[in-house]
Amino acid sequence: MVAATATTPAGARPVRAGRRLRLPAWVGTAPFLAYVGLFLLLPTGIIVFNAFRSPSGALNLSSLKLLFSSTTRSYFIGSFQLCLISSAVGAVLGAILAYAIASGNPDGTVRRLYIAVSGVLAQFGGVTLAFAFVVLIGPVGLLTHASWFYTFPWGIAVIYTYFQVPLMVLVFLPAIDGLKVQWREASDSLGSSAWQYWRYVGGPLLAPAFLGAALLLFANALSAFATVVAWENQIAYIVPQQIYVAINSEVGLSNVNQADVLALGMIIMVAIIMTGYAFLQRRAARWLR
Amino acid sequence: MAKLIAAAKKEGTLNVIALPPTWANYGAIISTFEKKYGIKINSANPDGSSQDEVNAVKQENGTAAAPDVLDIGMAVALVNTNLFAPYKVSTWSDIPTAQKSTAGLWYQDYGGYMSVGYSSKFGTITSMSQLLGPKFKGAVALNGNPTEANAALNGVMMASLANGGSAASIAKGVSFFQELKSKGNFDSVQATGATIKAGTTPVVLNWDYLNLPSYVGVSNWKVFIPSGAVLGGYYAQAINKNAPHPAAARLWEEFLYSQAATGGQNLWLAGGARPVEQSAMTSNSSINSADAAKLPAVPGTPVFLTQSQATDAANYLMANWAKAVS
Repeated sequence: MVAATATTPAGARPVRAGRRLRLPAWVGTAPFLAYVGLFLLLPTGIIVFNAFRSPSGALNLSSLKLLFSSTTRSYFIGSFQLCLISSAVGAVLGAILAYAIASGNPDGTVRRLYIAVSGVLAQFGGVTLAFAFVVLIGPVGLLTHASWFYTFPWGIAVIYTYFQVPLMVLVFLPAIDGLKVQWREASDSLGSSAWQYWRYVGGPLLAPAFLGAALLLFANALSAFATVVAWENQIAYIVPQQIYVAINSEVGLSNVNQADVLALGMIIMVAIIMTGYAFLQRRAARWLR
Repeated sequence: MAKLIAAAKKEGTLNVIALPPTWANYGAIISTFEKKYGIKINSANPDGSSQDEVNAVKQENGTAAAPDVLDIGMAVALVNTNLFAPYKVSTWSDIPTAQKSTAGLWYQDYGGYMSVGYSSKFGTITSMSQLLGPKFKGAVALNGNPTEANAALNGVMMASLANGGSAASIAKGVSFFQELKSKGNFDSVQATGATIKAGTTPVVLNWDYLNLPSYVGVSNWKVFIPSGAVLGGYYAQAINKNAPHPAAARLWEEFLYSQAATGGQNLWLAGGARPVEQSAMTSNSSINSADAAKLPAVPGTPVFLTQSQATDAANYLMANWAKAVS
């Protein structure tokens, strides 16, 4: 369209440039900014603001004291344990599975089947998943009664791993597909062993993607709520469960400001992990620069 | 009374909230009232909690949709009395003094005692200590997290009373559950009607009206109240002070506290809940004795937690529950 102006023969009426809508550049990003503002920044702001208020509405640090109690610490340790175990196991198993899929026929049925199944199972969580486990290996399980099933974090970590592995496959497979066969061939023809290939070529190439995917899994586990509640709703082990108690308690322990303080704690936890991740990512991708 | 009925009929509508039709016979209570007075009842959010009721009163204040009457847990009622209008039903004197506010802001309506419901495959159980035995592996469940759900808190309190504790301290109940957990007998699945039917929660600590075989819908289900651990819990009625249908609201209360054969008190009893005027009605023989006989026996003097005892128990659980049982 723009090129038409240049080719207009002399003497003809020039196409007016004004025809083209000229809008400031920010207009294009406005929907995105509005979306992020309403659904991320605003709620975060409300949480932070309320965390610094007492239940009566005064601005002070009385609610924040909760963050430093030993009970609260145990919920954060619980969340951290669960996320770490389920994301580490999920990332390793998922990466191995993704590699196995990638080394198969790229157009084969097996690959398509695995990707389709992973897509479904990565979203399989919540009450349905927990209930399936309870029915199979719970106290009166159809298969067996696994005595560790209600030991935190092992029982719930196994349930989480169920959706972490397929999620890892989905997010990590493109990275493995990016490894060129020629690199392996070059490495082999230069006489390196399989170990040396992974140590000096494949590993460093995949490390940034692996860490990124593992972080995604960690965050995925951190915010999961329905699954853990369906697994165990009589004891709170992790922060989201305790936030639920702080909002809903009918025995006089409900305190929305404390829920906000716990949520703020989770935000800080994510911030620390993101910082650590950014640092690791820089180290892992050092050779790229 | 005739004036009240006329005024209520003129309003023609009553808004109720958080009354599940299968709970304490509310389905029949609502339809009986509608038929008797020709007043339409709008039943909002039947599965809501007491807190939801209070939130609705605040958020819908001034609209025609605001709840007129509340059926509310005591913990929530006592901190929200500024939302209620005082009213004393005509059978006011038959409500025990400890179970109503002197100003008439709230008045307990029905309730029950904490009980142990269990599958009859275990034979007959008569005491809490039996639940520590090896045949109850993974079997004993509460109705929720005791720092969150009132029924669960009272379940722990019942265990405390049964183990020599008092209403002033729930600590012995927590140690009971700690022992239960260490023996592997604690069942982490939250008990619901579905889990009882499915057999995943074969022993449940809950209010007796929620533990009756007729309520649970399982024929091989038994229930008992442990001796020396009779712990009562009642809900309360209150009228929204800005009720959009003030006369219908008051007529509803009169109906609920009526001792007639098809009045609220006997209808609650038919649903397995113990109406607050039960002892007065037993004396004046207006009680439906067949329904009363279906309730589990009460072995001892009932204990009712005061507000400060309930708060102390909740705070103790907040600090110790998760630690003790995880």
